[in-house]
Amino acid sequence: MRDPRPYQIAALALLLTHGLARLGFDVSPLRVVLILGAALVSQLALSRAGGLPRLDPRSALISGLSLCLLLRTDSTLVAAAGAVATIASKFLIRWRGKHVFNPTNFGLVAMMALGAPAWVSPGQWGHSAFFAFLIACLGGMVVSRAWRSDVTAAFLLSYGGLLVGRALWLGDPLSIPLHQLQSGALLLFAFFMISDPKTTPDSRAGRIAFAFLVALGAAYVQFRLFRPNGILWSLALCSAAVPLLDRLLPARRYLWAPSSSGRRPEEGAFHDAQVDLRGGLVGSGHGGEGGLRLLRLLRGQG
Amino acid sequence: MKAAFGFCGFYVAKADTRLFNKASQVALVRFDDKTVMTMANDFRGDPKEFAIVIPVPTFLEREQIHVGDKALLDHLDAYSAPRLVEYFDEDPCRPRRGMLDALQSAAAPAAKPAREKSLGVTVEARYTIGEYDILILSARESQGLETWLVQNGYRIPPGASAVLGSYIKQGMRFFVARVNLEEQARLGFQYLRPLQVAYESPKFMLPIRLGTVNADGPQELFVYALTRKGRVETTNYRTVRLPSGMDLPLYVRSKFPDFYRSMFAQQVRREDMRSVFLEYAWDTSWCDPCAADPLSRDELRQLGVFWLDEGARSQEVFLTRLHVRYDATHFPEDLSFQETADRQNFQARYVLRHPWTETKNCPAGQQYRSELARRREAEAQTLASLTGWSVDEVRRGMGIVAPEDRTWWQRLWSGD
Repeated sequence: MRDPRPYQIAALALLLTHGLARLGFDVSPLRVVLILGAALVSQLALSRAGGLPRLDPRSALISGLSLCLLLRTDSTLVAAAGAVATIASKFLIRWRGKHVFNPTNFGLVAMMALGAPAWVSPGQWGHSAFFAFLIACLGGMVVSRAWRSDVTAAFLLSYGGLLVGRALWLGDPLSIPLHQLQSGALLLFAFFMISDPKTTPDSRAGRIAFAFLVALGAAYVQFRLFRPNGILWSLALCSAAVPLLDRLLPARRYLWAPSSSGRRPEEGAFHDAQVDLRGGLVGSGHGGEGGLRLLRLLRGQG
Repeated sequence: MKAAFGFCGFYVAKADTRLFNKASQVALVRFDDKTVMTMANDFRGDPKEFAIVIPVPTFLEREQIHVGDKALLDHLDAYSAPRLVEYFDEDPCRPRRGMLDALQSAAAPAAKPAREKSLGVTVEARYTIGEYDILILSARESQGLETWLVQNGYRIPPGASAVLGSYIKQGMRFFVARVNLEEQARLGFQYLRPLQVAYESPKFMLPIRLGTVNADGPQELFVYALTRKGRVETTNYRTVRLPSGMDLPLYVRSKFPDFYRSMFAQQVRREDMRSVFLEYAWDTSWCDPCAADPLSRDELRQLGVFWLDEGARSQEVFLTRLHVRYDATHFPEDLSFQETADRQNFQARYVLRHPWTETKNCPAGQQYRSELARRREAEAQTLASLTGWSVDEVRRGMGIVAPEDRTWWQRLWSGD
C-alpha cells in the first residue's frame, strides 16, 4: 500500500487543468497560485508553530487544489482566507488527535456560513458523460489506494437510492435522477471529499453509517430546504458525528502509508501509539509519551 | 434583436388550434426568499384561445397577482441584449489620438363544485385581474386535475399527466389563466399584458417541464433575474458565458440578427444543448456601452424590486440575463437557480473595426495594409467559427480572397 496522495494531487491537477482550459471555470491562474500559496504557507506556519519537524506539502496541496476546483469568489482576500481556514481547521479543530472536518469542506462551508462573498457552482461541470467517466476512473484509482472506497460506494448508493426513490414516488421519469447523478460536482465530492480517510470513521460499519447520514442530509437540504450544495452542508454537519461513531464502533485509525517499509521513525511511533485506539483509548504507556502526544495533536495531515 | 414569445407554462388551447409555444420571457426578482415573477408572451392567436397553466410553489392571494406593463420587459430586453460596437482605425501615417467609439446596434368558465370535489381538484381562488380570469387550483392527483382541465375546456397535451402528478406531490399549486374577453374589450388592450405573481418560498426555480410536453422541437427561454447581491446561475445545469468581445467582419452590421441567431445555435450545438447561456450581468444603475438606457427606479419597482422601497440604491439591483434552448431530452429537470456573490460585469458584445481607407504611402501605412489583410482573414475565421457558417461564404460576404488562393502578384503588391 503506497501513499495515495501523489495520485490524488495528479488527479486534482488534471481536473483543474480541464476546468480551466475547457470548461471556463471562474478562477484565474493567478488565483490558483494564490490559493495554493496561501494553503502551503499556512501549513508551513502551523507546522512550525506546532514544532513539527518538517513541512509535508502533500495534504496542503490536495486541500488547495480542491479549493481551486470549488471555491468561487471575486475577492482575493476571501480566496486567501478560505485557504487559511481550510488548513487551520486541521490543526485547530481536533477531537482525540484526529481532525474533525474535511479541510476543504470546512473552508467552503465556513466562508459561505460567515456570509463572505463566496459561492460554489455545482453546475459548472456540466453533465458530459465522458467527463463523468474520467472523474470516476481517476477517483476510483485514488480511492482504492486510500482504502476508503467503501465510503464512496456507500454514499453513491444511498444518495442514488434516495434520488431514484424520490423520482419513483413523484412518478418522474428516471432521466431526472440520472441527470442529478451524472453530475461532476457529485462525483468529485464522492471520490475526493467524503472519502478522505482522515475524517471518516475508523470502522467500516461506522463509515457506511456515516455515508448514509451524509446522503440523507444532502437530500434534506436539497429537497426540503431547497438550498444548493446540500452535499457540502451535510458533510460538514455529519462530520461532527464522526467522534460519536468512532466511540460506538471503534477500530484502528487510518494512517497515510502505514505499512511501507521506508516509513519515517515518527510515523512508525505515531502508528504504534494509535493501535490502542481499538480499545477506545488514546495510546498511553509507550515510551516517549510526551512527544507522541504532541505529534498526535499537531500532525495536521490529511 | 427581439427576444420574445410565450410562457414558461404550457398553452392549453381551447378547441383544436395548434399554438406556437416556442419561447418565453420571464423576469425573476428575488431577495430573501421573496420572488416576483413577470411572464410575458407575444401570443398572436385569437385571445379566446389563450390559456396557460403554471405550477407555482404557494397559494396566491388576489393581491399577489398583478398585470404588468409589456414595455417593462421590452426595456429589460433592449437594455441587456447582445450588442455590436464599432471602432474606427486611425490614420496609420499620423500620430495616435483617442479612440472613437460608437455604439451601433441595440437589440434589439365556470366549474361545478361537486364535480371538482369528486375529481380531487379544489378551486382555491378565482380572480378576474385586468384582462385575465385566473384560478388557483390544488389537486390530490393528476388524473383528476387532467380530467378537470379537459372538462373545463382546456386542451391538455398527452403526457402532461405524469408531470402534473409530480408537481402535485411536490405540493405545488396551479395558476390557471385565460383571457376575459369582455374585460379585454373594456380595457382596450390589443395585446396580452404580462402576468406578475409575488410569493414567498425558498424554491428558486422555474418550472419548464410542462412546456416541454407539447412542444414540437426545442423552446427558447430568456430569464432576467434581478437580485440584490450578484449574478444568478443554474445549479443543475452548466451556465456558460456566451462568447463575447470578438472582432467581426464589417458586413455583420447589416445582418446582426442573423449573426446572433446562428452564433447562439452554434454555441448550443457545442454545448450539446445542455447548458444555459449568460448574456448579460451588470448592476442596473449603468451600462457601457448602453444598448438602451438603464431602467428607472420606477420601472424596477414595477418589475417587483421591492427592496428599493427599503431605501436601497439602484446599484443594489443586479441584472442577470440567461438564455436557454431546451427540450425534454436535454433538460429533464426544472431549472434551479442560485444567486452568487459575483458582481463582475459581463455583456455579449461584438466589435466592428473600420479600417482607415485613405491610401498614403508611408512605411507605417504599408505595414498597416499588410496587417489589415491578416486582420480581415482573422475576422472571417472568427465569424465562421462562432456561427458555423462556411468560411468561404464569409469571405465572399466580406469581398476578400483566402490567403492560399491569392495570386503571387496579389501578394506582391498588397505588401503581404
